[in-house]
Amino acid sequence: MDTSGLGDYATFGVLLLAGFAFVAAAMAANAVLRPSAPSAAKGATYECGVDPVGKDWAQVQIRYYVYAFLFVLFAVEAVFLFPWAAVFRAFGTAAAVEMGLFVGVLALGLAYAWRKGVLRWR
Amino acid sequence: MLLEIAVKVAAVLAAFLVLPLVVGQTEHKLMAHMQGRLGPMHAGGFHGWAQLIADGVKFAQKEDLVPDAADKPVFKLAPAVALLPYLLVVLFIPLGPGDLVGSALDMGLFVVVALVGVGVLAVLMAGWSSANKYTLVGALRGAAQLMAYELPLVLAAASVAVAAGTLSLPAIVEAWNLWWLLWQAPAALVFFTAGLAEIRRPPFDAPVADSELVFGYLTEYAGLRFALLLLAEYVGIVVVSALTVVLFLGGWKGPGPEALGWLWTLLKTGALAAVVIWLRVAWPRLRVDQIQALCWKGLVPIALAQLVLTTAVALAL
Repeated sequence: MDTSGLGDYATFGVLLLAGFAFVAAAMAANAVLRPSAPSAAKGATYECGVDPVGKDWAQVQIRYYVYAFLFVLFAVEAVFLFPWAAVFRAFGTAAAVEMGLFVGVLALGLAYAWRKGVLRWR
Repeated sequence: MLLEIAVKVAAVLAAFLVLPLVVGQTEHKLMAHMQGRLGPMHAGGFHGWAQLIADGVKFAQKEDLVPDAADKPVFKLAPAVALLPYLLVVLFIPLGPGDLVGSALDMGLFVVVALVGVGVLAVLMAGWSSANKYTLVGALRGAAQLMAYELPLVLAAASVAVAAGTLSLPAIVEAWNLWWLLWQAPAALVFFTAGLAEIRRPPFDAPVADSELVFGYLTEYAGLRFALLLLAEYVGIVVVSALTVVLFLGGWKGPGPEALGWLWTLLKTGALAAVVIWLRVAWPRLRVDQIQALCWKGLVPIALAQLVLTTAVALAL
């Protein structure tokens, strides 16, 4: 069994194409089988059967934005964790301590956000 | 080489099309019996076994409705974006030892986690392009939920990578032993819970919340596109269950000859899928703020602590 050769990526690519082909074939079969009788009512935005009120604009609170920021704090870490996990046995204690510091800083960041009340849903 | 690729792609496509239907039919029946009713009984004769096939035939004949206000190319592409990442994940899940895996890529775990992360894109595409208030609110709930739960998922997966010392999924199963059930238990719990949130299954179904948001980010979808989005949810159940089995429950390992290992993988995956269905029956939907609180105040700290524990134990061993 060869690992990580070109073959693995070739299979991945072919499968991606096959997936698109599956969706395309399903939609093509749908195009042959389905009726088509468009009307203004069918094209209207659905709001529980009544005429849509106002535009498609809805107010969204800022708290989602704060969570997105919090996510960015951690998202980068994940990228570094995986290569480190694969090699850390070879480097031993030093590598473990370095990652401990790294994770410690992140935990501190989360604790700070928690203390500041960012995690409270207002 | 070409034949090998063709066989693997065909096998993955077959698993991708059959297993979600099995899970779906099991859900019909299991939910029905948990709620003291029968479920589908007519289609196909014997206990309604052909119900989902009949549903598929019906969906294929439905009119293709795209709202006038929608951003049409994005609206039409969203089902494919929701579905294909899960199809590609199936390629990396080892069914048994040796060659019973689509691709034994060395960084398989990394690729799998990255592919699962594409889901948030499909949710935002579907919700935003529909140009509907309900879909927009649903999509933002979904995006916040998927991004938040990405973290515990990745941290729990990293804990396994540290324990096994490799990112290759078959090698992780090789490295697994019974003691992991205790050592990696918190990570397993975190991974499965976060996976449940990633596929928006109850109790994490606030983004679709049928009693408040019509059907969340899927409100404007009809016919075959809706069917494809639903298929994505059921492939998601298979993928999350199978990944939990491969990472935490020993994959193909179990009593009996190794040649029957694939049976263990399927049985364990099926058992976890049944748990996913059970949770839908037994748990009320979590509120949006409860979902965020569970992630940031519960799962992320647990996952970080597990990572430290795993590293310490791995060093000591």
